Amino acid sequence: MSAAQGLALDLAGVRVDVAGRGVLDDVTLSVDRGEVLGIVGANGSGKTTLLRAALGVAPLAAGEARLFGHEARRLSPARRASFAAWLPQERKVGWNLPAWRIAALGAPDATPGRARALALAALEKVGMALHAERGVLDMSGGERARVLLARLLASEAPLLIADEPDAGLDPDAQRLIMELLGEAAQAGRAVVVTLHDLGLAAGGCDRLAVLDAGRLVALGDPFEALAPSVLRSSFGLDGSLIGAPAGPVLSVRRAG
Amino acid sequence: MRLLIFLALGLSLSLALAVAVGETTLSRGQYLQAIADPGSAPGEILWSIRAPRAVAAALVGAALGLAGAVMQGLLRNPLADPAVLGVSATSALGAAIVIAAGLASVPWAIEAAALVGALGAGGVLVVLAARFETPETLVLFGVALSALGGAATALIFNLSPSPIAAGEVLSWLLGSVANRDWGNDAAFLLPAVVGVALAAWSARGLRMLTLGEETAALSGLPMATLRAAAVAGAALLTGAAVSMAGVIGFVGLVAPHLTRGFVRDDPAATLAPSAFAGAILLVAADLAARLIPTDQELKLGVVTALLGAPLFALVAWRAARSWRA
Repeated sequence: MSAAQGLALDLAGVRVDVAGRGVLDDVTLSVDRGEVLGIVGANGSGKTTLLRAALGVAPLAAGEARLFGHEARRLSPARRASFAAWLPQERKVGWNLPAWRIAALGAPDATPGRARALALAALEKVGMALHAERGVLDMSGGERARVLLARLLASEAPLLIADEPDAGLDPDAQRLIMELLGEAAQAGRAVVVTLHDLGLAAGGCDRLAVLDAGRLVALGDPFEALAPSVLRSSFGLDGSLIGAPAGPVLSVRRAG
Repeated sequence: MRLLIFLALGLSLSLALAVAVGETTLSRGQYLQAIADPGSAPGEILWSIRAPRAVAAALVGAALGLAGAVMQGLLRNPLADPAVLGVSATSALGAAIVIAAGLASVPWAIEAAALVGALGAGGVLVVLAARFETPETLVLFGVALSALGGAATALIFNLSPSPIAAGEVLSWLLGSVANRDWGNDAAFLLPAVVGVALAAWSARGLRMLTLGEETAALSGLPMATLRAAAVAGAALLTGAAVSMAGVIGFVGLVAPHLTRGFVRDDPAATLAPSAFAGAILLVAADLAARLIPTDQELKLGVVTALLGAPLFALVAWRAARSWRA
């Protein structure tokens, strides 16, 4: 792991404009190693833009985004990747490469032997060790999602950023993803993940940030961030998050 | 590795065949004489006429095969080929201008003009490739360049006062490696070696592009530079090929398809085998052009299109099942 010091991610008063419209406004939050921060919010609330700002690929209209103390926008591609690895929501793959080759793309600077070893270890974690030689385009959507998650885990970056990694997956795979991201955090990495499933987010994240129309309206532990007032104003839901033995459960109906 | 050895053997075999077989039939004694004394008459036929021509075909085929593999990797599109970015068209335009201006007899004028034409388009595309991430943008500009080059060449036909010059341009555009000597082969290497180096350097970027532009950009690789290198490499290779042999289609399109299955689709590992496959294809096509008895020797570009189109359809038919969005 690289000798990255300081807060993994530090956003201060971040504003992002797209076509003259503010899609993210005055967002301040930070993430440290060892924790999973979930970002939730309705469609178009600015979740993906927040990730892009954090990675330094979305130009900021105001504020500052820092990765391990370095201004994200000014990082070279290699240095940025040494700090943060990115799992996009899009799971399109151009060619039918074997799964291990895709996973090995998470460590492009490692020697071929080491990249393969990291890839196989990551495929093992996501339960795809037996499919290492299979072409990713011959796989089901769920299997391909696991392989792409393996690519993220094969990276040695101390910050993992995942955009809706649970989208379109069965409940087992969704929980596996959250488990693995949690493990990565316990191993000393920082994790930022956007999610739509509030129950999953509450169960799998240490803290949640709620975005509403580009603004950060709540930030804290899941019960605090998803308080009934927030559920109502930001998601249009009546009800609350309830603690249960296997993890929090969201009991809500659409607000009348 | 085994694939490369196999392909190298195939190329050696096709080159040997291209040197041994030709319009003039030689006796066993004459073959022996040619080998023992390269300066003899049979030796001249083999080593000064057939060999440099066969090598020219191999070099052009390799350049086109490699350029095709680079383009398909860069654009993540199995239908891309060296012509898709318009480099062939502007390169041909450069040559056409020189021929129409009556400068065809000036030594190296056509070759230099074709290379300048390719580099002009290549330069524009390199800037665009570094600036725009999406392959669609690059293809759109390529289509525009291609159309512009084609239109300007057509304009030369249109305005050409002498039908002889127009005929010369057409004949050149149809592609040929007839009468190429060792000097041509050596001159080809200059831009081609740079092109090969750029293509090889861009290989890991091409592999990363499998995941799409945005993910590749965040992978840690200097993607803008690697994309520019890929475009510059493909443009140099295409320009070198056009300046040596005119416009030769299908080799750049087909060669990567013939090899991709053996390297599990890996865009980086497809490069070297595609170069070999392109070389073998073009040596064979040139041999066919020489041996098919016609009043006028068949043009190489015509042969590759005639052989390449059905072959491509066959490859596409077989590959259709494995292509997915």
